[in-house]
Amino acid sequence: MTKKTSSVSRCDRWGYIFLIPFFSVYTIFSFIPLVSTIYNSFFENYRSGLKQIGPNFVGLENYVKLLSAPEIWKYLGNTLIMWIGGFIPQIVVALLLAYWFSDPSLRLKGQRFFKTVIYMPNLIMASAFSMLFFALFADAGPVNQILLSLHIISEPFKFMNSVAASRILIMLMNFLMWFGNTTILLLAGMLGIDSSLYEAAEVDGANATQIFFRITMPILRPIFIYVLITSLIGGLQMYDVPQILTNGKGTPAGSTITVIMNLNQYLTSKNFGMGGALSVFMFIVTGILSLVVFRINSAKE
Amino acid sequence: MRRKVLGLLLSTAMVASVLSACGSKASSTTGTSATAGTSAAAGETSDEGSAAAAVDTSAEGKVLNICAWNEEFKSRLIDHYPGYEEVDGTTGKIGDVTVKWLITPNQENAYQNRLDELLLAQDSAATDEKIDLFLVEADYAVKYTDTDYTLPVTDLGVTADDMKDQYKYTQDVVTDSNGVIKGTSWQGCPGVMIYDRAIAKEVFGSDDPEEVQKNFSDWNKFNESAAKLKDAGYHVVSSHEDTFRVYQNNAALPWVDENNKIQVDENLIKWVEDSKNLVDSGYCDTYAQWSDDWTKGFYPEGKVFSYFGPAWLIDFSMAKDTEGSIAHDGGWGAIEGPQGFYWGGTWICAAAGTDNAGLVGDIMKKMTCDPEIMKDIVLKDNDFVNNRAVMEELANDESYSNEVLGGQNPLKMFCAGADKIDMANLTAYDQGLLQDFQSAMGDYIKGNYSSIDEAMDQFHTLATTRYPDLTY
Repeated sequence: MTKKTSSVSRCDRWGYIFLIPFFSVYTIFSFIPLVSTIYNSFFENYRSGLKQIGPNFVGLENYVKLLSAPEIWKYLGNTLIMWIGGFIPQIVVALLLAYWFSDPSLRLKGQRFFKTVIYMPNLIMASAFSMLFFALFADAGPVNQILLSLHIISEPFKFMNSVAASRILIMLMNFLMWFGNTTILLLAGMLGIDSSLYEAAEVDGANATQIFFRITMPILRPIFIYVLITSLIGGLQMYDVPQILTNGKGTPAGSTITVIMNLNQYLTSKNFGMGGALSVFMFIVTGILSLVVFRINSAKE
Repeated sequence: MRRKVLGLLLSTAMVASVLSACGSKASSTTGTSATAGTSAAAGETSDEGSAAAAVDTSAEGKVLNICAWNEEFKSRLIDHYPGYEEVDGTTGKIGDVTVKWLITPNQENAYQNRLDELLLAQDSAATDEKIDLFLVEADYAVKYTDTDYTLPVTDLGVTADDMKDQYKYTQDVVTDSNGVIKGTSWQGCPGVMIYDRAIAKEVFGSDDPEEVQKNFSDWNKFNESAAKLKDAGYHVVSSHEDTFRVYQNNAALPWVDENNKIQVDENLIKWVEDSKNLVDSGYCDTYAQWSDDWTKGFYPEGKVFSYFGPAWLIDFSMAKDTEGSIAHDGGWGAIEGPQGFYWGGTWICAAAGTDNAGLVGDIMKKMTCDPEIMKDIVLKDNDFVNNRAVMEELANDESYSNEVLGGQNPLKMFCAGADKIDMANLTAYDQGLLQDFQSAMGDYIKGNYSSIDEAMDQFHTLATTRYPDLTY
C-alpha cells in the first residue's frame, strides 16, 4: 500500500519537472518583460544621441502626454478600420468555405488540395508578402501597366497615394493571409458537430439556411468567439504589413499608421517610458475590447 | 522501472536544454579568445616576412574592428591601402593585424542602433572586440563627433599640415562644438545637375553644357525650362524629392536652435511651394527616391531630363554597366544647375578606447591625405577626392574624361562647387528631421494635405515622437 502512494507522489514530481521548461521560458520571456514594461512606463527614459536621459520617475505623465495628444486616437482608429475591413471578408469567406468543406452532401473533390492552397498565403512572411504588393501596385508596377493596356485607366493610378486604396491593400493582404487559417479552425469546429443533428433537421424539413443559422452557428459559437478574439488581438497589433508597404511612413497623411508602428517610432530614440505607456494602453484596450466581444457573443444564450 | 528511467532522462534533457543557453555562451567566449591567441601567434611569425605594413603595429591590438554600412570603404581599402590583403567577405589583413568588418545596412536606422550599442559598451568590451574605427555620414556626424566617443585626429598623429589640402567643409562636418576635428574624409560630394544630352539637343537645340546651363541658371529659368520639357513630353526631374538637397543645403538656419526648438528655414518652405508647383503642373512625378519608378529615368524610355547628384551618383548609381542605359552610352552631361549643393559623403572617425591608434591614424593619413593614393582613387573609381591640389590638377588635365558624361571633364565644376559648400549648420538631429520633413511635406505636395500648416503639424508630431527632447 505504502509503496503505491509513494509512487503516485513521485509521478507528481515528474509532472512538476516537466512543467519547468514552460514556466522558466514564460517567466523570462513574458512575465518579466510584462512587469518591466509597466514599471518603465512611469519613467522618463530615452536617449538623445548617445546621451542617456533618465530614468527619472514622472508618475503618470507619460500616460497624460500619450492620451491627451490626438495622434494615438487617430492611430487606434486606423488600426481598427484596417482590422475590421480585413476581418469581415475573412470571416465570411472562411465560414462559407468551411461550410462547403464540411458538408458531406456536396462531395467536394480535391478537398485536401484546396485546404492546402488556401493556407499557403499564411506561410509567406508578412514582410515578403508586403514587398510583393508594394512592387505590384507601384506607380509604374505591373497592375498599373495591365490596367493601362486594357484601357481601363488613362494614366497610372497611384495606389500608395490614396487613403482608401492603400488601406484596402492592407485589408486585402490581411484577408488573404488569414482566411485559410480561419477556415481550418472553423472547419475543425464544424466537423465536430454530430451529423445526426443535421439529419434530424433535414427530416424535419429544414432548409440549408435554417440548418446553418439554427444548428451550425450556435454549436460553433465557442470556436467563433475564439477566432474573433484572437483575430482582434492580432489586428490590434498590426505592424509588419503597413510598415513595409509604406516604408515605415504610414503614408498617405498618416492614414495607415497603426498603434504598433507608433510604438516603433518611439523606440527610434529608445524612448522606453513612452513606449511602455503605449504598450500598457494597448494592453488595456485589448482587454476591454476582448471582454466586449465576449459579452456580446455570449449574451444571446 | 524503465518508464522511470525514461522520465528521468527526458526531464534532465529538458532542464539541460533550458540551461544550455548559459553553457554555450561560456564556450563561445573561450572559443574566440583561443582564436585570437592563435592569430596573434601566427601574426608574430609572419611579421618579419611582410614588410608591407607601413606602421609599427607590434605594440597594438591584433584586431582592427571597423563599423560601416556598405562595402564602399572596404573596396577603397582593398584597392588603395598598401598592404591590405583580403581574406574573405568580412575579414582582411594589414600586416599581422586582422581587420574585421562589421557591416550593418542603413535601413531603419539599423547601422546607428548597432553602432550606439557597441560604443556604449566600449569600456567593458574585450580589447579585441572594441570598435577601432567607424564611418559616419554628414546627416548624423554631430551625434558622434560632439561626444567623447570619438578621438581628435591630432591624437592619432594626423596633423593640420597633413590635412591642409582638404576641403574646408569636409572638416567642418566633423568638427565638434569646441573646434576640435574628430574625423576625416577621402571624398568630397559637391553635386551637379546631370542632364540627358539627347533631350537637351531636341528641346534646347544644343547639348553643350554652357548652352544648357543658360536655361537652368536659377529657379525661375528652371521652371520655365520645365514647361518647355513638358510640352515635348519629358519630365524635368524624376521626382520632387530630387531637388530637396539643393534647397536644403542653401538654407540659412540650422534645423534646431540653441533651445532645442525646431526651426524651418524659408528656403525649405520655398522647396515645398516650388515642388508643389512642379508636381501640379505635371513637370515631374512624385516617386520615392531610389524606388524602381524613380530609376526609370536612367534609361531613355523613362523620359526624364535630369537628376541632381554628386560624383558617386554618376559613377555608382546610374546603371552605367547595364546595356541600353543612358549612362552606358555616355549620354549624360553635367552643369552647375540653379544652385550648388552637396550630397552624401563618408567620414572616418576613430573610436575612443581603440587599441590600434597608430594603424587608425595611418589609415586616415593614407586614405584622406596622401595625394598619390587619392589621385589613384579618382583615376580608378571616378570618385571626387578630398584634396584640392589633386582635384585641380585633374580638372585642368585634358586627358581626364568621364565616359558616363560623354567624355566631359566635370571636375572643374565639382571643384568650384566644393569650395562653396557651407556646413556650419549641422545639428545632431538632421537625419531624422530631414526624413520627417520630406515625408510630411511629400504628403502635402501629393495633395493629401490641403495646406502647408497641416503638413507642418504632422512634421512636428513625427519629429517630437522621434526626438523627445525637441520642441516646436
